[in-house]
Amino acid sequence: MIKITTTDRYNITPFRSLMTNVFSLAAGLFVISIIFLIAGVNPLFAISEIFSGSFGSAYGFKETLTKAIPLILIGAGLTLAFRAKFWNIGAEGQLLMGAIFSTWTGLTFGDALPSYIIVPMIFMAGFIGGAFWGIIPAILKIKYSINEVISTLMLNYICAEFLTMLIVGPWKGKARFGFPGTDNLPESAILGVIPGSRIHYATLILAIVCAIVLCVVIYKTRFGYETRVVGENPDAGKYAGIDFLKTSLIIMAISGGLAGFAGVGEIAGIHHYLGYPASVSSGYGFTAIIVAWLAKLNPLYAIVSGIFFAGILVGGDAIQISLGLPAATVEIVNGTLLFFLIMGDYFLNNKISIRLSN
Amino acid sequence: MKDISKSFHGIHANKDINLVVKSGEILGLLGENGAGKTTLMNILYGLYQPDSGQIKINNRPISIKNPIESITHGIGMVHQHFMLIKNHSVIENIALGYKDTPFFFPKIQLKKKVEEFSKQFDFKIDLDQKIWQLSAGEQQRIEIIKALLNGADLLILDEPTSVLTPLEIQELISILRLMKAQGHMIIFISHKLDEIMDICDRVTVLQKGQIVGHAATAETDKKSLARMMVGRDVVFNIDKEKLEKGKKILSVTDIHITGDKGMAAVKGVSFELFENQIFGIAGVSGNGQRELAEAITGIRKVDSGSIRINGKDVANKSPRQIYDYGVSHVPEERMRFGIAPGLFLYDNAILKQHHLEKFSKKYFIKYNQVKKHTNSIINNFKVATYSIDNQTRNLSGGNIQKLILGREISEKPQLLVASHPTYGLDVGATEFLRQHLLELRKQGSAVLLFSEDLEEIFELCDRVAVIFDGQFMGILESDDERLCDIGLMMAGSKISGFH
Amino acid sequence: MEEIIISTLQRTLVAATPLLLATTGEIITERSGILNLGIEGVMALGAVVAFIVTITTGQPWLGVLAAIAAGMAISIIHAFASITLQANQVVSGLALTMLGLGLSGMLGKPYVGKPLSIKMNDIVIPYLSDIPYVGKVLFIGGPFFYLAIILALASWFLLERTRLGIQIRSTGENPRATETQGVNVFLIRYLSVLIGGGFSALAGAHLSISYSKSWIEGMTAGRGWIAIALTIFALWNPSRAIWAAFLFGGIFVAQYLMQPLGISPNFLSMLPYIATLLILLLISLKDPKKLNAPAMLAEPYKRGER
Repeated sequence: MIKITTTDRYNITPFRSLMTNVFSLAAGLFVISIIFLIAGVNPLFAISEIFSGSFGSAYGFKETLTKAIPLILIGAGLTLAFRAKFWNIGAEGQLLMGAIFSTWTGLTFGDALPSYIIVPMIFMAGFIGGAFWGIIPAILKIKYSINEVISTLMLNYICAEFLTMLIVGPWKGKARFGFPGTDNLPESAILGVIPGSRIHYATLILAIVCAIVLCVVIYKTRFGYETRVVGENPDAGKYAGIDFLKTSLIIMAISGGLAGFAGVGEIAGIHHYLGYPASVSSGYGFTAIIVAWLAKLNPLYAIVSGIFFAGILVGGDAIQISLGLPAATVEIVNGTLLFFLIMGDYFLNNKISIRLSN
Repeated sequence: MKDISKSFHGIHANKDINLVVKSGEILGLLGENGAGKTTLMNILYGLYQPDSGQIKINNRPISIKNPIESITHGIGMVHQHFMLIKNHSVIENIALGYKDTPFFFPKIQLKKKVEEFSKQFDFKIDLDQKIWQLSAGEQQRIEIIKALLNGADLLILDEPTSVLTPLEIQELISILRLMKAQGHMIIFISHKLDEIMDICDRVTVLQKGQIVGHAATAETDKKSLARMMVGRDVVFNIDKEKLEKGKKILSVTDIHITGDKGMAAVKGVSFELFENQIFGIAGVSGNGQRELAEAITGIRKVDSGSIRINGKDVANKSPRQIYDYGVSHVPEERMRFGIAPGLFLYDNAILKQHHLEKFSKKYFIKYNQVKKHTNSIINNFKVATYSIDNQTRNLSGGNIQKLILGREISEKPQLLVASHPTYGLDVGATEFLRQHLLELRKQGSAVLLFSEDLEEIFELCDRVAVIFDGQFMGILESDDERLCDIGLMMAGSKISGFH
Repeated sequence: MEEIIISTLQRTLVAATPLLLATTGEIITERSGILNLGIEGVMALGAVVAFIVTITTGQPWLGVLAAIAAGMAISIIHAFASITLQANQVVSGLALTMLGLGLSGMLGKPYVGKPLSIKMNDIVIPYLSDIPYVGKVLFIGGPFFYLAIILALASWFLLERTRLGIQIRSTGENPRATETQGVNVFLIRYLSVLIGGGFSALAGAHLSISYSKSWIEGMTAGRGWIAIALTIFALWNPSRAIWAAFLFGGIFVAQYLMQPLGISPNFLSMLPYIATLLILLLISLKDPKKLNAPAMLAEPYKRGER
């Protein structure tokens, strides 16, 4: 008779935590290989294509960094929200709202103002847009007990449609034919890139700075402390005198705002105009969820985690071309890795002992 | 049940228990909370597995691995906290528990059967009512019906009267007598001496997991049972120094508090506390202590009455405000109100103090100070942990409690409310905590101690009140002789002359 | 005019069909206490599997069975994570969505744009279908529509009039009490998740082999998420879900109707999602305690001692 018992594990060291993550990812990759195999794709080839496409070449690496920018921004913001157990699935919509607000600002004021004024303006506008879209579900949850998973999701769709409505209607660019979109942003509002790449370095620096700042906020400020307590144990939070409402609103404003920054980056740094939602964000809001989870809800780790998943996205593009697989294949990788991360958490928190008994 | 033993996390809940029940008999199981009564019955019912020992029915050894098996063997249990689905109707709950519920249209088919059954015992219950609409007595009757429907020969009742009104208690007693006349076996778990004497034929007394005595109720009296339950002839060996009481810190006047279930939990309690004093409130858990402690510390609202700290009425103020008045609290539900389990030790060390200037400057928390503070708590209170970066939930219960105590005492409170502070702790931690409470007393604070542990009450307190059913049965100085009747007080008898 | 009304109503019922199927399944799952946010992914997987099997074998019912099997199989992962490993059900559900969407995209790639030429005849109920107006709408319909209605009513029956139903509902309300009555809580929950997965896959099958008779990535268009909202809107009652699905089917159809009126099609596309929020708002205002939600929904249950 095989007897399996589980007991709580008491000593979880950071090393064990890290190793569990590594094993989870490895196990995940193994399963992904099998999936590829069954689908008739050579798994070794596919995986090596993914990684060489993203990290193996100079071009690939630059693309990876480019895609890492929004992932780091959103991922960092999500670590804050998730810590308070606020399941923000709406980062896509918050990103788009940030893009909308910043594009309007850029188009309206950009011609008349020099770069060093307009660029901060569009970033602020983007933050406000994202924060606005993030606060709505927070209010809905606190005042009306509406489950934030549904509200943030619905707001994603609503914002996407709203954006499309704008660009085929009132915001349609005068100089644009063919695919709908706004006019190009004026020169002064366009972000510079590292030569030879698409890396809009201002946003990259902003992303890293935000991640660091958020890390400091979570671990060193009173607000961060209160967030952590409230997420862990709301009863203890009440007992400790923490204002749940105020804390939640600030958390979602930040999370949404950072997603808004990401939106600004995509518009002002890459596309230079506002187009279809799908062209602005390729699922960054969802991928960032895994980024945050892998980072164990630490915004600083989100930097590494963001680069890792950016690599998977870029790699996904690469195999789309070389193997003819649809881009959604990347979702398989994401989903599987997330599952294994979850399962890894279980092994981290519980000691399993298998005994043969008679 | 023969030689039954069971441990949880290294602490014996039951040790070498031998128990015999005969048909047509009501056996009482007497003991304080934590004595091991519920654990023992859960083993009998199949919810827990014993570490060693045997269960025999009609001298045949059987093994009970889960509730279904015990039901098959004719054992039924009415738990202290009813196992009923509040949002469902009576008949649905019965259908859930009945072993031969038909698959299709269970409600309609069972209704007939249940109605016939109820006539036997003269129960009058509307089967379509939802459970939350019923009184506690009615809910309990459903639990009994469920057990009987499944053909229980042996019925276990765990603290059945703790939620009943006096009238309902009488009704329950008649039901039990009827069942006894029909030949059923009944095990009646209680800490209330009156009931045990009234209802049971024989009684077995448990204390700290072991059997300390058997008796036939016709041949014993409440005093002897109380002595067995409490475990000692009450002797006073106070080795704490006598201190002059200082100024009045806390004054509670005629407090009435409603509990979670809507019933009155505290029904008019008044007392005063002074500096350099430890005031103990003794009594079995569930008699209003929790609600009283929560009201004094701000977690719960009072219906009427006043609570004054240094003259200021703090009733219904927020926990933060009360804390700022100088009241610290070691809570009864330590995992729920005491700490945030997943956070690090140093985070929890300032849970209620993080707003103080000493620990936070503007927006930032001065973690250097916090860590220093945490380290001093860990050293002074001997909290065993490999580092302060450890997650708090990884610590043992005793060490968590030491951390909480250290945190609450560290700010030199005027009043410390300690609710069952040594519950579940090993001997070493227990002594340690008690020493610190005495230290605090010496340094000029007032301590309000809620405890079920009489040894603790006698060791520490200057004055003792006994609470039963939301009221005080008496307030005595620690050298009052009448304290030897404390068992009686805990079981519901007021000291003569006390209001 | 009559033609327009009838055709609108018919299209409403068709649009309601996948919503009803997925919602019914999710209701069963949630009543046992498990939240499954992955049904968008399961639906997509069901759609692609149904399509591939049908186009390969020419037998639509084989496709349906295959879809249900696939939906159940992939739901086991979420069940394992949520029930046995007691993981965070929100995150696990999201992972399931990603996995489902990804797998369906990958498996479906070779089939994009290929038309399905099977004929799925409408079922005509004799006599009743001759009733003017109502007859043509309610009593002539695709097989999936009738299947959805039957399954919804059967689910209601299961939950409210059978022993298993009492067990499922009790598990969602109070797993601890239920366990002491001898019910295997884990088993009930696994079963409920699998049923839910099967239903969602069935909804997907309808989309690919009956509704559009083709496969394209993203064809589920958020219906899975709407079903999750509908679960709340229907107050976890499958018979109410029928009306909820009709209402939302109507909103989907309204988009096309209102286009010629000059209203922006994008605004119309927003309608289902705005409506979802509004309805949740209304429910909350009317009944803030949401007394109908299973009390222990999404709370992991740790079986056993102390």
